Amino acid sequence: MANLGPAHYAPYPVATYDGLLTPPEGKAMLLTDMVDEEVAMREVARVMLTSENATIFPGPQVLYAWSEEAKKKATLIKEMSEVLNAKMIPMYDYRPKYPKIDPEVEINPNHPNLTIWHNEIKACIFIGVHCHYANVALKIVRSETDCYTVGMCALSGHEDAMATIRDQHAEDLARFIEIAKEVKQELGK
Amino acid sequence: MSLRYMTPASKFKRYLPKDYVELVDYGPFGRKYSEVGVKNMGAYKELVEEHPMCSGCWMAYYIKIIFAALPNPEDTVTIGTAGCGRLAISQAAVPFIYGNYGDQNAMASGITRAFRLRFPDRQKDVITIAGDGGMMDIGFSMTMHAWFRRERFTTIMLDNEVYGNTGGQESGMSVEGAVLKMSPKGKNFGKMPAMQLAITAGCVYVVKMSPTNINKAAKAIRRAIFAARNLGPTFIHVYTSCNIEYSIPTPDVFKDAKEMEKGRFAFEEFMTPEAKELFAQIESKTKREVS
Repeated sequence: MANLGPAHYAPYPVATYDGLLTPPEGKAMLLTDMVDEEVAMREVARVMLTSENATIFPGPQVLYAWSEEAKKKATLIKEMSEVLNAKMIPMYDYRPKYPKIDPEVEINPNHPNLTIWHNEIKACIFIGVHCHYANVALKIVRSETDCYTVGMCALSGHEDAMATIRDQHAEDLARFIEIAKEVKQELGK
Repeated sequence: MSLRYMTPASKFKRYLPKDYVELVDYGPFGRKYSEVGVKNMGAYKELVEEHPMCSGCWMAYYIKIIFAALPNPEDTVTIGTAGCGRLAISQAAVPFIYGNYGDQNAMASGITRAFRLRFPDRQKDVITIAGDGGMMDIGFSMTMHAWFRRERFTTIMLDNEVYGNTGGQESGMSVEGAVLKMSPKGKNFGKMPAMQLAITAGCVYVVKMSPTNINKAAKAIRRAIFAARNLGPTFIHVYTSCNIEYSIPTPDVFKDAKEMEKGRFAFEEFMTPEAKELFAQIESKTKREVS
């Protein structure tokens, strides 16, 4: 059995119960602290570069070429995975899968812990997942795994992620990649 | 859904499951019916392939026909309810909504209206697919009222004449005298006249059949969808045996369907004059459009 996360089997909406809220505009959240966006970006890059099996979970909003912004983001996320030495496992739809998902090739919001356990992922980034499914998945991951989760959200962020950076559009992702390159160099990775 | 929402961003294609990529590359989305459709089943990536239905399930076979017959799969939504059928329908590469205990036609009413408001310039097809219990027993009032209101969507009833996945109780569509595992004394009233009810309630196109001929089955499905787009509610009442509850040996399932075709599921087709005119137009425009 994998290690449980900070929420364990809490029967309530975990992060908000602990007094955590999504960050205000221009800020980000690292565990329980509100910090400047750049501080959060540096820390996220450091965690991703130093954790075992760091993985990016792109969701439908960036996986599919449904708008120009989505296409730009797709290119940037691919670059991000190369900079962070991260694997990529898609959350390509939200249907519960019967009889079971293949955790080596996908993650599903209804049982995301299976993919994290199977691949022994210690840090991950959710990006392009619709917020209501990201909330479900992040709550499960928070309680049932010891994985450090990052919510890179185009809207107001996710309190159930260990780190959440809000209002992330294509230009913000480009900025994150530059910061990640600097951190990578500092770490000598 | 639409085509834009299922085309992978080029950078991500290699990360998507093989099954999905094949569906995008070799599936029926955005292709002409003459290139895909029921006549070419097996030669392209179908919308539903794996499913958890029983061996020899005639319902699973018909569900494959439904999905192969869709005129516009990228802009179609299916709605179902409790029953065996939804286990396969929900595995198809078409958005599926699960209605609670027979409310599929009420949900479809709202969704069809919402689609017309939200996408006035695009044709979205809504199809409810449920069993005899979901459609004519538990969901009876919602099915009938959707028809009375002339809601423009297609209703398909998969009639196996029993509650198949709860152990074999009689349904309103079981025949009089049917002895089933959970109805040991035999049913003491007759089969409900679903086709007549649909006609009385205002359906513009109604078919009753045993789907032994895939082209004929597909033609009925496509006609029902075309008529529902423009004219009003349509209904297909189809025999899909439960070989488990009626103890039909798997090799005899097709034989049983053929016998039903000669009996109470003999092919019957009703259409209003407007529907007849519509089909004549569509089918003369392109002979392959409905075939």
